[in-house]
Amino acid sequence: MNMITDTQTAEHFKKLRPAMAASRAAFGALLLRDLTVLRKSLGIFIARTLVQPFLLVFVFLYVFPQIGQGIGGGGGANGESSFATVLVAGVVALSIMFQGIQAVALPLANEFGYTKEIEDRVLAPLPVSMVAIGKVAAGAIQGLIAALIVFPIAAVIHAKGVHPNLTVNWVILLTLIPLTCVMTSALGLFLGTRIAPRNIGLMFGFIVLPITFLGGTYYPWTALAAVKIGGFSWLQALVCINPLIYVTEGFRAALTTAPHMQLYVIYPVLVGLCALFLWVGIKGFYNRVLS
Amino acid sequence: MPDTTSTKKPAPNVSEHPMMDEVIRCEKLTKLYPAGNILAVDQLNMTVHHGEIFGLLGPNGAGKTTTVGMLTTLVVPTSGKAIVGGIDVVAHPSLVKQVIGVVSQTNNLDRSLTVWENLYYHGLFFGMKSREARAAADKLLVEFRLTERAKAEVMAISGGMAKRLQVARALLHSPSVLFLDEPTAGLDPQSRLALWEILRKLHAEGQTILLTTHYMEEADSICDRLAIMDHGHILAVNTPKGLKESVGADSIVTISAAGNLDALAALLKEKIEGATKSQRVDNVIQLHIKGASGVLPKVVSIAEQAGFNITDLSVAEPTLETVFINLTGKELRD
Ligand SMILES: Nc1ncnc2c1ncn2[C@@H]1O[C@H](COP(=O)(O)OP(=O)(O)OP(=O)(O)O)[C@@H](O)[C@H]1O
Ligand SMILES: [Mg+2]
Repeated sequence: MNMITDTQTAEHFKKLRPAMAASRAAFGALLLRDLTVLRKSLGIFIARTLVQPFLLVFVFLYVFPQIGQGIGGGGGANGESSFATVLVAGVVALSIMFQGIQAVALPLANEFGYTKEIEDRVLAPLPVSMVAIGKVAAGAIQGLIAALIVFPIAAVIHAKGVHPNLTVNWVILLTLIPLTCVMTSALGLFLGTRIAPRNIGLMFGFIVLPITFLGGTYYPWTALAAVKIGGFSWLQALVCINPLIYVTEGFRAALTTAPHMQLYVIYPVLVGLCALFLWVGIKGFYNRVLS
Repeated sequence: MPDTTSTKKPAPNVSEHPMMDEVIRCEKLTKLYPAGNILAVDQLNMTVHHGEIFGLLGPNGAGKTTTVGMLTTLVVPTSGKAIVGGIDVVAHPSLVKQVIGVVSQTNNLDRSLTVWENLYYHGLFFGMKSREARAAADKLLVEFRLTERAKAEVMAISGGMAKRLQVARALLHSPSVLFLDEPTAGLDPQSRLALWEILRKLHAEGQTILLTTHYMEEADSICDRLAIMDHGHILAVNTPKGLKESVGADSIVTISAAGNLDALAALLKEKIEGATKSQRVDNVIQLHIKGASGVLPKVVSIAEQAGFNITDLSVAEPTLETVFINLTGKELRD
């Protein structure tokens, strides 16, 4: 190790482990720590994951059809079924999105804050960027679990005569889920590093809610073409700044035969968003833990 | 591979290789916080030797935490150089993290984990096998008398216990140097003594320790060498004894009186035999005496003859407080 400095050869200095090996071990341990914390609150995690999709599905696909407040263009059972088809993709997308933000942004905002709990992990023998990436990886795993939990509900709970029309395209589904999990959890890293703990409430009001309502959960993006001012489909254009739209449209492509945004748009944008959020997230992480 | 049972060699008395004896070396280490343009540490030079307890003593805002931060990779130096455990801190931060143990000023224990888990996962972070980390965690809990609280949430244990747990965690991977930032700040006297006991034991085992403090008793009683710090500068480095001797007096008379204290200070300096220095510090006078006895009655009579009314009078040996006042003209305590 005398390539580092001459004095490292002094016999009483601790033997260094190779940087790569030490980093790899530390990274694995960080993941394990996050999963242990997840396991401890698994009940809450599952409940948290289920509440929103359950309510959405319950109200829109069970209650509405029964009280005759049908939604969906065609009206009647057919219209409801086609709305169900739209909603299933939206609900899965939304759940992963929420997971990413809740699993990464919320704990991070706290750990950076007054307690500085993150410090012991930042002092683990690996590059600081890897600590941030570890957070994203752990968040992505939670998103994955959320997707697995939510999908069955979304597909199963509905009133008599309402049937989401699902045709699974496995290639899209299996590539889209990991990509989405990483993207949303990187978004969580970005938000968690930029937002002070006391402003978390604002984050939900001003970021999460608009993302949700303008993210194509309740309607396909293609249908927004009808919202026009002077021949310009302004809303369809506007929601393109919303990361969720690409996720919901992606799941629409993966789960249904309904019209959806082109895949050659969805994939590159999702990959680009992953890279962007990771980059600004890691930068933000540096700024928060190092001074 | 980390090994908590490794025998640490005691500090060599006479080093054949002075360079190799250095565990920490800073050269012109500087931190300018861009936020507020604050020069927290200014061209700091410092060396800590293997096996010693080295103290950074200074008041609030002196730059102690910033210095420790730079040596432990959490604060990026603006300029200068720092070598810790033979590794350049700026060039190889991830490697430095292998050889340091850090107890920070605040309680930064992982609140999502239990007492035992805080140690266990820390071991895993440092590449221990599960079995090793388990054994090391158990062993340290016993040593630090925390076994009974092993399963407790860290929020549920007392401040003294939390600090002990932080120290245990920092030691778990057998660091070459242990950093403690104000380890006893905010602890009750009993917990403070308990922590000193722990530090003395570690010292006896040969652990190199750098600690910061603004308690002079603490600096005096447990540090081998001390750097006195103020406004980002080191003003003096020596053993506590050496620092106190540097004052050049064997007793310090502190006088409270009404009237023009500066005038009285000058008068006493002139009239009292063996007075090496006489100065006003806030609203008292400190008179340094060397090689003279029976000073108090003389002080009283001189003051009264000059028409001063003495309200309080005491004599003591020089303390680090005296040293600090000598160096900065102000008191260490606020
Ligand atoms: N992150 C920061 N950004 C800007 N200024 C800072 C930052 N951290 C510390 N400072 C400033 O740098 C100076 C030195 O602070 P530091 O925390 O190193 O002192 P300290 O000796 O540890 O004091 P204390 O006894 O209060 O812990 C202070 O003026 C402080 O306000
Ligand atoms: Mg401090």
